[in-house]
Amino acid sequence: MKTNYLLWSLLAVGLFSFGVLNTNDYFFNVLNVLGLNGLIVIGLALLMGYAGQVSLGHAAFYGLGAYTSGILTAKYGLSPLLGLFAAQAVVLASALLIGLPSLRLKGHYLAMATLGFGVIVHVIFKETISLTGGPSGLVGIPPLEVFGFTFFSSRQYFFLIWAVLLLTLLFSLHLAHSPFGRALLALHDSEAATQALGYDTGRLKLIVFLLSASFAGLAGSLYAHFAMFISPTSFTFLHSVKLVTMVVIGGVASLWGALIGAGVLSVLPEVLTVFEDYDVLIFGVILVVIMIFLPEGLLKGLTTIWQKRKFHGQTQDSLSR
Amino acid sequence: MGEILQYLLSGLTSGAIYALIALGFTIIYNATEVINFAQGEFVMLGAMFMATFLGKLGLPLPVAFALSVGLTALVGLLVERLTIYPARRASTITLIIITIGVSILLKGLAMFIWGKDSLPVPAFVGEKPISLFGATIIPQSILILIVALASVLGLEFFFRHTTTGKAMRACAANRLAARLLGIRVEPLIMLAFGVSAGLSAVAGVIISPITFATYDMGTMLGLKGFAAAVLGGLTSSFGAVAGGFLLGILESLAAGFISSAYKDAAAFVILLLMLFLKPEGLFGQGEIKKL
Repeated sequence: MKTNYLLWSLLAVGLFSFGVLNTNDYFFNVLNVLGLNGLIVIGLALLMGYAGQVSLGHAAFYGLGAYTSGILTAKYGLSPLLGLFAAQAVVLASALLIGLPSLRLKGHYLAMATLGFGVIVHVIFKETISLTGGPSGLVGIPPLEVFGFTFFSSRQYFFLIWAVLLLTLLFSLHLAHSPFGRALLALHDSEAATQALGYDTGRLKLIVFLLSASFAGLAGSLYAHFAMFISPTSFTFLHSVKLVTMVVIGGVASLWGALIGAGVLSVLPEVLTVFEDYDVLIFGVILVVIMIFLPEGLLKGLTTIWQKRKFHGQTQDSLSR
Repeated sequence: MGEILQYLLSGLTSGAIYALIALGFTIIYNATEVINFAQGEFVMLGAMFMATFLGKLGLPLPVAFALSVGLTALVGLLVERLTIYPARRASTITLIIITIGVSILLKGLAMFIWGKDSLPVPAFVGEKPISLFGATIIPQSILILIVALASVLGLEFFFRHTTTGKAMRACAANRLAARLLGIRVEPLIMLAFGVSAGLSAVAGVIISPITFATYDMGTMLGLKGFAAAVLGGLTSSFGAVAGGFLLGILESLAAGFISSAYKDAAAFVILLLMLFLKPEGLFGQGEIKKL
């Protein structure tokens, strides 16, 4: 936990100084998207790395957060803060609807159920045109306003999004090291053994699933106000898959790894745009190569290589001496 | 009456396609316990090759058919050898992410080779619709049903009556035991990818004159094939075929009687209902696990 605090403080200081010094809006926008992905991925890492369950529909919760916030503020003139809470209610209710039946069962039923749920929600975003604006998207979402302060610029959203992310991260790190987090890790290893210790494993899994859906919904609400325009293309099955990929590519059982994964997969497409139409192709190749050579993710894979090299260096040293 | 028959007929047509794709999922799942998210791309490749060989080069139908299926099967073999085999000791979730990467890669490759526009494929048989008790059916649909059934029966023969097929079933049942009996497992896993890809290519080939071939056609077809496989229990090939037809028919009825705008959602509503009401699938066996 000590290293966690240290890393967390370093990240906070680094981000704060970047926010003060940087003047290029493009960098803010890229980092804002990264932060939103990071927020979702923290929850997903708790679900996958700790509870051992996979969700293939987190883009749907992200989208439900965005659309509920967007519709309530743009069409019904609700205040953004109330909209955000309403969005949380919608997201939690739908997560409960999906999670309750599928988490009773052992195995990867949640993955299949969330996959189905994600596709259904995407079709609803596309087809209920009177409410969501359909494929052409929802326009006229007002900027976020909290107690009289309105967030306008990319820099303001940068500070907001990353402050939310840092708090969520701190909360999740504590959660992972609490008795609750330990129970989850035990659950990951053996569901039967955890049950034998007196834990209601179905309930544990459900709580983490609700938590991760809530993070995704929050990211969605923030996104809607930041972008002021949302369309169904942001909330596809492919985006759900991309979110899961971020967790796996970073290293499943680590919140830091998940953030690294979010960083890599959010920045990579920006870098690859120089290749124009080839970007998808190269993205696929990089994904496959990382997974083949570092199957436990970037964080663990790279630290292992680093340690091996250090060890190798030391033996070389001791031999030469 | 004619209306219902019409929905049933179009449901059977798309059901046959879903059945073939679902079978592809089942074969790979049985061999590796991996859910292959690149399955839809094999369908797309089949259709794309067909557009090239039949539509553009004008090769004779049987030649174009064999080339399209054969080349896609080859891609399947290559995918296993180049991406799954090197990572065979990794966890299942890592392997699944690899198949996602492969799916993105194949889609990108197809876009690069064939472009973003959809390519026409000429009809294999006459285009004049046939009237049937007040409903109409195009000859291509009948052909789809015949080819799909022939493929399913051929596959069943392969699994039941050939040594290789029996060995593959043995591996699916218990890999370690199969190894102890002297069966070499690795080539069979590669073969499973080849057969599965070829089967999905058949689906892509026979549907291509109706839907045409587009680089991104595989995603939705793959997802629906997966839904059909889950409906059938994911491990049973009979279940996959039944799940495919059931999904096709229910989807077509939902589109006809409820709303065609939500057609794509219908398949997944059925999937969710199935998961909540009978999670082991229609024909799957409930998992009995030793602690």
